[in-house]
Amino acid sequence: MIFTLAWKEFRTLFTSPLAWIILAVVQFILALVFFWYLSQYFEIQPRIQQLANPPGVTEIVVNGSFYFAAILLQIAVALLSMRLFSDEYRNRTIALLLSAPISSSEIALGKFCGLMLFLLLPVALLTLMAASLALGGTVDWGLIGANLLSLVLLLAASAALGLFISSLTEHPLLAGFGTLMALIFLLLLNLLASDPNSVSTYLSLLNHFETLAKGLIDTRNLAFLLIFTASFLVLASKVLDWRRMRG
Amino acid sequence: MSQPTDITLSALRLTRRYGTGLAVSELDLELRRGEVLGLLGPNGAGKSTTMQMLTGNLAPSSGSITICGIDLLEHPKRAKANIGYLPETPPLYRELTVDEFLTFCARLHRLARTEIAQAVQTAKARCGLSDMGKRLIAHLSKGYQQRVGIAQAILHEPDVVILDEPTVGLDPNQIRDIRALIRELSTRHSVILSTHILPEVEAVCDRVKIMHRGQIVFSDSIEGLRRSQQTEMLLLSFSRPPTLDAFTQATGIGAVKILDNGQFQVACSADSPLTESITQAAASHSWGLTQLIPQRASLEDVFSELTLNANKSEESA
Repeated sequence: MIFTLAWKEFRTLFTSPLAWIILAVVQFILALVFFWYLSQYFEIQPRIQQLANPPGVTEIVVNGSFYFAAILLQIAVALLSMRLFSDEYRNRTIALLLSAPISSSEIALGKFCGLMLFLLLPVALLTLMAASLALGGTVDWGLIGANLLSLVLLLAASAALGLFISSLTEHPLLAGFGTLMALIFLLLLNLLASDPNSVSTYLSLLNHFETLAKGLIDTRNLAFLLIFTASFLVLASKVLDWRRMRG
Repeated sequence: MSQPTDITLSALRLTRRYGTGLAVSELDLELRRGEVLGLLGPNGAGKSTTMQMLTGNLAPSSGSITICGIDLLEHPKRAKANIGYLPETPPLYRELTVDEFLTFCARLHRLARTEIAQAVQTAKARCGLSDMGKRLIAHLSKGYQQRVGIAQAILHEPDVVILDEPTVGLDPNQIRDIRALIRELSTRHSVILSTHILPEVEAVCDRVKIMHRGQIVFSDSIEGLRRSQQTEMLLLSFSRPPTLDAFTQATGIGAVKILDNGQFQVACSADSPLTESITQAAASHSWGLTQLIPQRASLEDVFSELTLNANKSEESA
């Protein structure tokens, strides 16, 4: 049931030019960034060779590109998630889902999975680029794995937030703008905090992403992102129930 | 089949408040298998609100709904499996083709993978959509979109089909087709449909409930509705019309009035025909009777009388 909804969302995304444009632009920018980091690496390689424990190509190129992708794809999340519920409210198609034998949480989870399925496409392409480094040398597969995991978790958290905000309004643009602002706020929390142990650092999604992407798979970071995702999915399904009460 | 299962849907003391206003108040409703129930009322009477509650789109403020013996509020998933619902605005994903959309709906209603293709074919055939499968819903005309909406509601062979104003915005041919379809549906499903068009109720419904301001002001079979207005009217035209007093004196009929266009309107009941006394009087006084048109009180009259009475009693209260 969840898969049925997810598949429908996934396919619907491809009927709009927006999804194609996002895929193309994101891929283009990420490729540029990837090559920029690669050329940077070649430039500094002779110098860092002198160091006792020099950073490898994976650390510089892959971490750099994934960090950039994390920020870029959050913008994409805001654009892609804004229609998930708003369009259904606006076109009155939500009645189809509400009168079908499925629960609110299944609806929220189905839509979330559909969006995640889509987001996995640019992530997969980025991972392929990272893996292509293996053609010219040795790469740290563990670190690529850590980057992949942290990026997927970060996007899941942003997508859940976007889904929740979309469930609040009939206006897709308002939802998209709201999600973008919320995500930027969460990014800024990281920059504003001077103390790495402060609450605002802890609330920042990007902070948890960075720690995980370094290869430090800490349960606290994993748990934060997973709980963040789950909370907003639950909230989105509660909003659906609440709308049914309020009418 | 035992008696209780023949009731496919029942609602008890259904009430819905919006803020301080009452949209639907203490509404009771019962639907039997193989029956078409018409929910009739002016705009804003609470028809759509009622239907939204019956289909789980809106939570009632109080009251209970049972569908095929399953409580909708306690077991929404199981109860909803027996409902097909066409809301006022057909809930269609315009970016999908008819086939894609109906297949998606079939999956939503948990039809087995092997049954889906057959169910979609059957629903399309019943709604006259067989040639439209590959078309994008966005490119279909309003009438065809409405049919897709109905196809979606009957796809999973639900026991209860709820149609909110199914013929709004259609041309006369399409309306005729859809009415025929609704009649056909009633052989296997029970149907509730809402409308503010009276002939529609006469054409397709077995029973009618008239709603006004959230309450049911009339509830009976179609025959009962017709019977409730036994009085008939006679419209008379004369080439040399008498005065009102002269007419009353000659025929002995008191209940008469002269309309703006000079016609005489006489009220009479079906069991005491006045035509004879009128024609005799007309001939002996040489009024030159040119027209004598018997008129049955239309459902429109019943409807406006019922709703106007409700208005008056509310105002005087």
